Amino acid sequence: MSRLSSELKQVFWVIAAFGALGAVTPFFDDYTQTIITRALVFAIMAMSLDILMGYTGLRSMGHGVYFAFGAYSTAILVTKVKGVGLLTLFGAGLGLSFLVAAFLGFLAIRAVGVYFLMITLSFSMVVWGLAYRWHTVTGGDNGIAGILPPPLFGISLQNPVAFFYFTLGVFLICLGLLYLLVKSPFGKTLVGIREGEARMKMLGYNTWLHKYLAFVISGTFAGISGVLWAMLNRFIAPTDVELVTSVEALLMVALGGPATLVGPAIGAAIVMFLRYWVSTFIERWYLILGATYIITILYAREGILGKVEGLLAWRKAGREAGAAIPRVQKQPEEIRT
Amino acid sequence: MKAKWLVLLAAAGLALGAGAAQGAPREVRIGFIAPLTGPFAQVGKDQVNGFILYLEQNKYKMGPLTVKFTAEDYEAKPALAVAKAQKLIQRDKVHVFLGGLLAPTGYALAPVADQFKRPYLSPAPAGEDQTQRKRHKYYARLSFTSGQCQHALGDWAYEQGHRRIATVGADYAFGYESVGGFQRGFEDKGGKVVAKVWPRLGTVDFGPYLPLIPRNVDAVYALMVGPMSLAFPKQFKAAGFKMALLGGTTSTDEFILPNMGDEAIGYVTTSHYSAAIDTPKNHAFVKDFQKRFGKMASYYAENSFTAALYINEALKRTGYNPDKIEVWLEELKKIRVDAIRGPVYLDSYANPVQNCYIRKVERVPGDRNNLGVKANSLWNVVIKTYPAVSQFWNYKPEDFLKHPVYDKDFPPCKFCGQ
Amino acid sequence: MAVFNLKNFIELSFNSLSYAALLFLLASGLSIIFGVMRIVNLAHAAFFLLGGYMALTVYRVIGTAFWTLPVAMVVGGGVVALLSMFIERYFLRRLGQDTVAQVLVTVGFAFILFDSNIIIWTGDNYMLHRPWPLDDSTVIGGISFPRYRAFMILAAVLVWAILYFAIERTRAGAIVRATVDDPQMARGIGINTNIVQMSIYGLGVFLSAMGGVVGGSFLGVSPGIDFQVLPYAFAVVIIGGLGSLTGAVVGSIVVGFMDNFGTALFPELSYFALFAPMAIILAVKPTGLFGRG
Repeated sequence: MSRLSSELKQVFWVIAAFGALGAVTPFFDDYTQTIITRALVFAIMAMSLDILMGYTGLRSMGHGVYFAFGAYSTAILVTKVKGVGLLTLFGAGLGLSFLVAAFLGFLAIRAVGVYFLMITLSFSMVVWGLAYRWHTVTGGDNGIAGILPPPLFGISLQNPVAFFYFTLGVFLICLGLLYLLVKSPFGKTLVGIREGEARMKMLGYNTWLHKYLAFVISGTFAGISGVLWAMLNRFIAPTDVELVTSVEALLMVALGGPATLVGPAIGAAIVMFLRYWVSTFIERWYLILGATYIITILYAREGILGKVEGLLAWRKAGREAGAAIPRVQKQPEEIRT
Repeated sequence: MKAKWLVLLAAAGLALGAGAAQGAPREVRIGFIAPLTGPFAQVGKDQVNGFILYLEQNKYKMGPLTVKFTAEDYEAKPALAVAKAQKLIQRDKVHVFLGGLLAPTGYALAPVADQFKRPYLSPAPAGEDQTQRKRHKYYARLSFTSGQCQHALGDWAYEQGHRRIATVGADYAFGYESVGGFQRGFEDKGGKVVAKVWPRLGTVDFGPYLPLIPRNVDAVYALMVGPMSLAFPKQFKAAGFKMALLGGTTSTDEFILPNMGDEAIGYVTTSHYSAAIDTPKNHAFVKDFQKRFGKMASYYAENSFTAALYINEALKRTGYNPDKIEVWLEELKKIRVDAIRGPVYLDSYANPVQNCYIRKVERVPGDRNNLGVKANSLWNVVIKTYPAVSQFWNYKPEDFLKHPVYDKDFPPCKFCGQ
Repeated sequence: MAVFNLKNFIELSFNSLSYAALLFLLASGLSIIFGVMRIVNLAHAAFFLLGGYMALTVYRVIGTAFWTLPVAMVVGGGVVALLSMFIERYFLRRLGQDTVAQVLVTVGFAFILFDSNIIIWTGDNYMLHRPWPLDDSTVIGGISFPRYRAFMILAAVLVWAILYFAIERTRAGAIVRATVDDPQMARGIGINTNIVQMSIYGLGVFLSAMGGVVGGSFLGVSPGIDFQVLPYAFAVVIIGGLGSLTGAVVGSIVVGFMDNFGTALFPELSYFALFAPMAIILAVKPTGLFGRG
């Protein structure tokens, strides 16, 4: 009972926080609004990666792939098909990233640890190469410009505030769905696989299938962020889908706290503010970005949220004497092959 | 202590009130988006420095207006350039913005200009269609189109007696358009382009491409960018090629030239600018730039300098009211200036009509014009000037625009393999 | 297609081989570091480029002559190796075997180096000096062979021979092999694995930075070269197998030839032609062709 109520409390605080975000954002200047929108878009990407990396323990360097398919399908549809609607765009983006993830999952899931990292890295390179070289479809390095978001029930999304609320809505739906996913028995199995795949196998679980499903779900959600990104920037080019995008998604998850869902969203916000806000003050801001990577790992391995939670739990543990055990982010042992 | 603050506050309030009462804007806000991190960081710096040089020489004043200048980094990523343009427009409330280096950024930024009704002056991105088939209302280019001067080089190459030429062009839009311009200029005269090789953008090992260049040609035309420009002539010579080497705007630009070696001597390229233009105006510019920034002036710097000059002139003509954006942008498009690079005016498609210089790389002994530059440097010595070259070369704009934009397969390679 | 006449074929093969040599210099260190330490070193190419910049400074100080190239190789490689050992000691060692942590920390250093290069050497593009006998080409049977390419092949063979001898025939090599096979056992028999690990990281980076000095006279030294060659280094070790010296040789040659011939024959598919086979190899054999399964 007390566990349930503490969980409800968490959900309440998260809803309150995003409600507050929704309430105050229109009062910021336009540029800050778009940074917040960008953060939400990448938050979807980071949360989807968290399913794979935080919950299942599969570290992927290929998450930019689905982002790319979502973004490019949107770009091509909007610029080539007159009067295309939002539903079609999301359908195409999701469908495509679903199919791609379903295919790549077959190739990748067998690999473990660093080899999984390597094979997903090679996916990233292939897709970037496609975006860059398949000139007739992707426009090559010229990219595709003029991706105007179509209206939603007659409301124009070309206004930054409208687009912010739309993105916030999509984000909350994704957050809700992913939350249900990780709380479901399926989600528990994923954590079980992360903590000890051999044991889960012994218990009769088809761990391959579970990992595969996590891979596909994670990829499909990442496609959503691609769709939004293309409409937000109204422009897409290969530089948006290069390897660094995938690495940055890893950073967002690590920075916010793996296996927390909300943590990676916070991580996304921090990285976006570095890129779009700090860079307007400091010319050599890559130094700060690099330092963020290093400091995160050295001093906040469990992520910001993990750190805060750890502190809270520790305080509570003091009060309730052992009632709550601090949640320690356990890094699965590297499997030596 | 408290009283002192009150006095200060009151004074500030008064000053503010006075400013508001006067009404007229006291400043013009200009934004510049350049790649200040990443592979093109130094080129981006040259771009910004060219603009700053003009501002410093004019003490950050344009007529009665104080210039508020903001530079933003975009990492050479077009999508980031879009975001930074929004930042400049929405937060810094700039009256006009400039920026971008490579063509894709130009294509990405022009729609932003129209969206926010804020003029975008392009100081470098050379994508042909921006002033041809995909024009934007709030856009004007103060640099060049990729093919513009290349037509002239094609013409010149034929005059030199070259009949068969192979091209090696960086495999992206700027490469296609430059090679396309050269090919048209050359083949219109009767020359034949017999092979077209397309190294990937950023290629620094030309191993796979060198064997594809036929050796029985009179000359090779190479369109290289950045590090490619540095590596290509060296590997070309080392692979035993002896024929003449011709090249495009970026193949020996002054950003890359100071770090080239003797292998570049004799390389003939074309551009709308050369640091070796022999006019007092250019001497002063090269000297000032060298003194202020310790570097050879490049076309990137000159473009920005000229852009600043254009903005100032346009403001002057409209009584220095930067808020009447439409008016002064229209004025800007009508201006003829005597720029560092020579006389410039914009055609009705908002692209400069200007001199094209055919330049040969030579090692010039000493510091001939006392410019304070390194002695015995390589220079792009001007050997011929094609005056007032338009982006449409010697075609009527309507006729030129009937063709598709220059691409990998346009103009078609009719003589390939011959 | 022009490629198929014999002359072009020989030229292309020679170019492929010399490119493979450069890749070997770049990637052998990456493979060794992974084999011994299980570190995914995403800063590897940043050290490669830093080596090139160091050589630039060396040449500015001692000038350029035929003997300055080896000096630059040793000094450039050495200084960068010392820096990397500091990084290993105070940063990487604290991460244990957490792959993602390694990836992120080494990317962090890659970004920091990337930006500090611009502060120290500006973002100008440089081409390093080529000493006198190497700046020309030799004509054999009507085909020009650039001597610098031959030099790169020679350098790679030499490095391979030294590494092979050192690992297989020396006491230090035996210690390293023991550490690779079973770190706990090695510690048990009194090997100071910390020092071994630090030296191995230093050695791997030394090779990379030295490769950067050699490559700096060929590819040039400019910001961005690092992130451009990084995928190639990974392609080599992925195809050859992480942690195998023989694998690094084979991987370099496969990638060198595949990239050169692929690009010459199917220019449209370059990149795709390199990375798609890489993904397929990994899907079939996740540890690479020569990886220790």
